[in-house]
Amino acid sequence: MLATPQTIAIMKQRYGAHCAGSFQELEFGTPLVDGPVTITLFPAGHILGSAQVRLAYRGRVAVVTGDYKTHADSTAQNFELVPCDLFVTEATFGLPVFQHPDPRQEISRLLASVQAEPERCHVIGAYALGKAQRVIRLIREAGHDAPIFLHGAQEKLCAYYASQGINLGNLQKALDRDKASFPGHIVIAPPSALRDRWSRRLPDPVVCQASGWMTIKQRAKQSGVELPLVISDHADWNELTDTITATGADTIWVTHGREDALVHWCRSRGLQAEPLYMQGREEDAGE
Amino acid sequence: MKRFAELLETLVLTPSRNAKIAAMARYFQTTPDPDRGFALAAITRDLTLSNLKAGALRQLAMARVDPELFLMSYDYVGDLAETISLIWPHPGEADSSSTLQGVADFITGIESRPKVDVANHLAALLDSATPAERWAMIKLATGGLRVGVSARLAKTALADYGGQDLAEIEKIWHGLEPPYTELFAWLDGRAAAPRIQPGRTFHPMMLSNPIDEARDFDRLDAADYQAEWKWDGIRVQLVFDGESRRIFSRTGDDVSAAFPDLVAALHGHAVLDGELLVGQDFQPLAFNSLQQRLNRKTPAKTHLRDLPAFVRVYDMLFDGDEDLRDLPLSARRRRLEQWMREYAGDRLDLSEILPFDDWEDLARLRLEGAEIHGYEGLMIKGRQSPYVAGRPKGPWFKWKRDPRMIDTVMMYAQRGHGRRSSFYSDFTFGIWRGNEIVPVGKAYSGFTDDELRDLDKWVRANTTNRFGPVREVEKRLVVELAFDSAHDSPRHKSGIALRFPRINRIRWDKPADEADNIETVRALVD
Repeated sequence: MLATPQTIAIMKQRYGAHCAGSFQELEFGTPLVDGPVTITLFPAGHILGSAQVRLAYRGRVAVVTGDYKTHADSTAQNFELVPCDLFVTEATFGLPVFQHPDPRQEISRLLASVQAEPERCHVIGAYALGKAQRVIRLIREAGHDAPIFLHGAQEKLCAYYASQGINLGNLQKALDRDKASFPGHIVIAPPSALRDRWSRRLPDPVVCQASGWMTIKQRAKQSGVELPLVISDHADWNELTDTITATGADTIWVTHGREDALVHWCRSRGLQAEPLYMQGREEDAGE
Repeated sequence: MKRFAELLETLVLTPSRNAKIAAMARYFQTTPDPDRGFALAAITRDLTLSNLKAGALRQLAMARVDPELFLMSYDYVGDLAETISLIWPHPGEADSSSTLQGVADFITGIESRPKVDVANHLAALLDSATPAERWAMIKLATGGLRVGVSARLAKTALADYGGQDLAEIEKIWHGLEPPYTELFAWLDGRAAAPRIQPGRTFHPMMLSNPIDEARDFDRLDAADYQAEWKWDGIRVQLVFDGESRRIFSRTGDDVSAAFPDLVAALHGHAVLDGELLVGQDFQPLAFNSLQQRLNRKTPAKTHLRDLPAFVRVYDMLFDGDEDLRDLPLSARRRRLEQWMREYAGDRLDLSEILPFDDWEDLARLRLEGAEIHGYEGLMIKGRQSPYVAGRPKGPWFKWKRDPRMIDTVMMYAQRGHGRRSSFYSDFTFGIWRGNEIVPVGKAYSGFTDDELRDLDKWVRANTTNRFGPVREVEKRLVVELAFDSAHDSPRHKSGIALRFPRINRIRWDKPADEADNIETVRALVD
């Protein structure tokens, strides 16, 4: 397993110390020569430690992005643009309807709602890896320093992020609380817990979800979300198309999501583009 | 516009009925006339802008975005207004909402312009708006908000806001027009209730519930009820006072223009409730024939001759200006019979009251009606029932004949809209004709949410071809369709059209070659 030190640490924490046969750490920007191929990792801006892979072979350069976003995020290394010939890009939000707003604006809507409904609590559905920490940081950056309550599944990774110098402020276990302590507070839980028995302990919660999918109102409604927060770890349409242009690549392979639309866009601009269908990925998965 | 956009968003996303009512009441309280009245009209679907059509909006968007990308996006989002509001190129972080007009100014701005200027005007407004405001503007402009609020819920919010009875609002509603300033003046306690002319206005209809055979017959006394045939036409309300003569559909749409023959035959001054049918000498033809006369602005001469319209009348709401709705049905019926003797003419016919001794006796009648005459079923109405708007539980029942069933094979699937956007939920089904499968009908309902998820998954896994938003699937999933009746139809490849087809059961177990064939289905044609 070749990855950045942070990715390896996160993997071990999530899947156990022996989840891969062997681990090899590779820092960002350090070339690794493997026969005729030179491998270099560059920040993908998706979550802490996430990397794009640059492969150089006989003067041709390919870059595989994995999940990425180019917008600034104080819980991840900023995306670095890597010029290349072949660009393999994700396309989770590869439709022009996805134009993510400034996340600070979404957080200010959240905080306004917290203030407007002091007798209820706000529970935010956010994935434990990356999204939860980003939402917490954004809340802190907006000046909200009250304790935030965490679902058990969020604790370890928040602790790891904190150990990496990302200050998440006062976090407490939601498990230990009685009902009376929740009103007026923010709780963060995995999206699956929102519709589970777990959330019954919360008094009349305002159900929020932080995800790029929340752009589509009917989607939010289908998942029972009352306050959708459009905060995404993935590039939106403009980021995808800007990045493709900026890499200077003449060949684009598109994967993970709405391949059709992005392939169409690339071809309409004279780029060679192909969809790269991956096994085992369901439409609309992840985030 | 910002406040209206916020209201719409709250209405879409708030699951609680009470919270929706509270949000609307709050909006009425904090928004001045005439904005709140136009907003209300938009919610109750009583607002139509004649100067702008959805097609023009779509073109506006397609001129700004690659049309193919637009269509892919629309297919994905499943809502035109939302697609346009999201796909509209964002000119950076423009938050100029303070300069945007209110709801009323927006509407006047569109309706007062020459048609050629409307699109550019709207484009400029959309440029200066946030996505939420764009969404609200497009919803306003195209009607059909789809925010999960019925007209009735909006009126409930009005009743709440003004501390008045919902029934009182329902009674006058259709005599009022946007922006409802008189109505709000009354609700604000500044004026008396608006007066309407009953002989010129649609009055909300009383609707029935399906009877629950297993439970209702045991607890209901047959002697308290009257029975009539359930006619297979369209429910109409005839509203006429000598000068004005109008025919309204169940939803309050004025359909008079399509039936000048019937309009000309209305004499006197009354409001009547009945079934619109076509045929000579009060002999109704199949629904298909009536359908040829519906949805036409003016009828063809041949239709007037061969398919004359008449109404089988079953209730009377007003006799002159006298409101009969609080009287029991038996008394209204006597008044109706008296009235008919004087004014019926050759286009109004009394709906016959069927004699029966007990429920078993009535069950025999129902079977006979279905088998011999092809009647749709029975209406069962409490003799004591006053005429109440809406669908009250208890007084009126419909008892349809048993549905027909056939086993069909799924052929095509398309994504749904609204709550079901993203799910493949609209299906085309076929039956065997020789060695090929030909389409026989579409169905969108009859499954549970879990079954919908399974069907959606099955469609995605078994797609063989795509035509734009339509997926062709492997012809191997058998679905039992229930439907009310079958008719000849030259428009369908199978030559047969089904009325109200719905999914009765998904036969995951059944092989496609055991699905029904065209001969079996043809035998069910009425």
